[in-house]
Amino acid sequence: MTIETALLKIEHLHKVFGDHVVLKDLSLTVHKGEVIVVIGPSGCGKSTLLRCINGLEDFQEGRILLDGEPVRKESRNISVMRQKIGMVFQSYDLFPHKTVLDNITLAPRKVQKRPKDETEKEAMELLERVGLKDRKDDYPRQLSGGQKQRVAIVRALCMHPEILLLDEITAALDPEMVREVLEVVISLAEAGRTMIIVTHEMAFARAVADRIIFLEHGGIVEESRDPKKFFEKPATERAQEFLKSFEYEKDR
Amino acid sequence: MQSLGIDALFKGRNFLRLLEGLWVSVRISLIAVLISIVLGVVMGMLMTSKSRILKAVFRIYLEIVRIMPQMVLLFVVYFGTTRVFGWNLTSEAAAIIVFSFWGTAEMGDLVRGALISIPRIQYESARALGMKEGTLFRYVILPQTIRRMIPLSINLITRMIKTTSLVMMIGMVEVLKVGQQIIEANRKASPNAAFGVFGMVFFLYFLICWPISRLAAGLEKRWA
Repeated sequence: MTIETALLKIEHLHKVFGDHVVLKDLSLTVHKGEVIVVIGPSGCGKSTLLRCINGLEDFQEGRILLDGEPVRKESRNISVMRQKIGMVFQSYDLFPHKTVLDNITLAPRKVQKRPKDETEKEAMELLERVGLKDRKDDYPRQLSGGQKQRVAIVRALCMHPEILLLDEITAALDPEMVREVLEVVISLAEAGRTMIIVTHEMAFARAVADRIIFLEHGGIVEESRDPKKFFEKPATERAQEFLKSFEYEKDR
Repeated sequence: MQSLGIDALFKGRNFLRLLEGLWVSVRISLIAVLISIVLGVVMGMLMTSKSRILKAVFRIYLEIVRIMPQMVLLFVVYFGTTRVFGWNLTSEAAAIIVFSFWGTAEMGDLVRGALISIPRIQYESARALGMKEGTLFRYVILPQTIRRMIPLSINLITRMIKTTSLVMMIGMVEVLKVGQQIIEANRKASPNAAFGVFGMVFFLYFLICWPISRLAAGLEKRWA
């Protein structure tokens, strides 16, 4: 990218739960079209970071700006800001009483007041892209985990967000379903969508990331614009140890 | 073979009287159910509030209703309060008060259970889509709560219909009482009337409750 515009700016974010520091003076700038992958041991604050960016979690110090406008859980315009920030969760977030199509069109219609036929048309196009056009009238319970997550991605996209947050979206899936979901994410990255992705799928992280953020104890330990290099030769010892935990050796 | 005592049923206006008695039972339970649903929804929502005092009050209320036999409640309201407070209460009003008092408590608990059983992620994913609290409740939480509640509350409704047979103890002439009267009146002419008449009363209760309980099963299946 030659011209980079800062879409999301996180400045000195600090968050505590009681005595426990979850995010420690964290700063991060995300440019338009950039795909950031956040990795790190569990409890390092990855998910909390995403939840703060979407205003689901409040924080004590610092600020988060999207297009120069602050995002904060308690602020009055938070529901307007959230429309610009799509989020997909680990699991079970589709509305079980609504069909696939209604799941996708509910928020565009009721929140953005867009006409029914327009949103349905867009939903169908998006569903076709993720290979689920023929499941539009199914209920979430009739879908596999991987299909549900693809619908959840489409549901977030249909709101036309400026940035998409993916919070361990394959962590609850059976291994054979991980690929179908991650391939959708890769195609979004190729289409130039801005995303912040939290994942434990290292091969996927390597393939999709423009930038890798290694988080530990609520702070950025290592940051790399060269995912290949990061995974082969991480600069910090902590990242080396973390990546090693994904490898197996037979000691006999 | 002995006579089944069916003949007493069709003497004069007897069968019509039974149906009138049935209507009394249905009317009381219908009114009480409607009141219970409205107050129960309010109570259920209050029970999920953070206030400890509110929670404790509702807890005690619910326990009282569960522990106390409905008949005792009927006696307290109809014979007890009318004396102590000196008001005039028809037996029907007393019955509706007692059944609503009972229904509200149980319905409130059902609403509470349904509300807390909805996972937090449902709230969060709706908020993440930019929904405000009103939209969130109307389109996401409430429909799911109602789906979870309907089968359980229908169970409560059939129990309330059945229990209306107690109101004859405070002098109301409902279906069971009419049945007794018919049997008494035909003691000589049709000594086996007890079988035919009570059998018919059973059948009438069945006729009312069975479709309701089928409906509950159907909805449960559809919304599972």
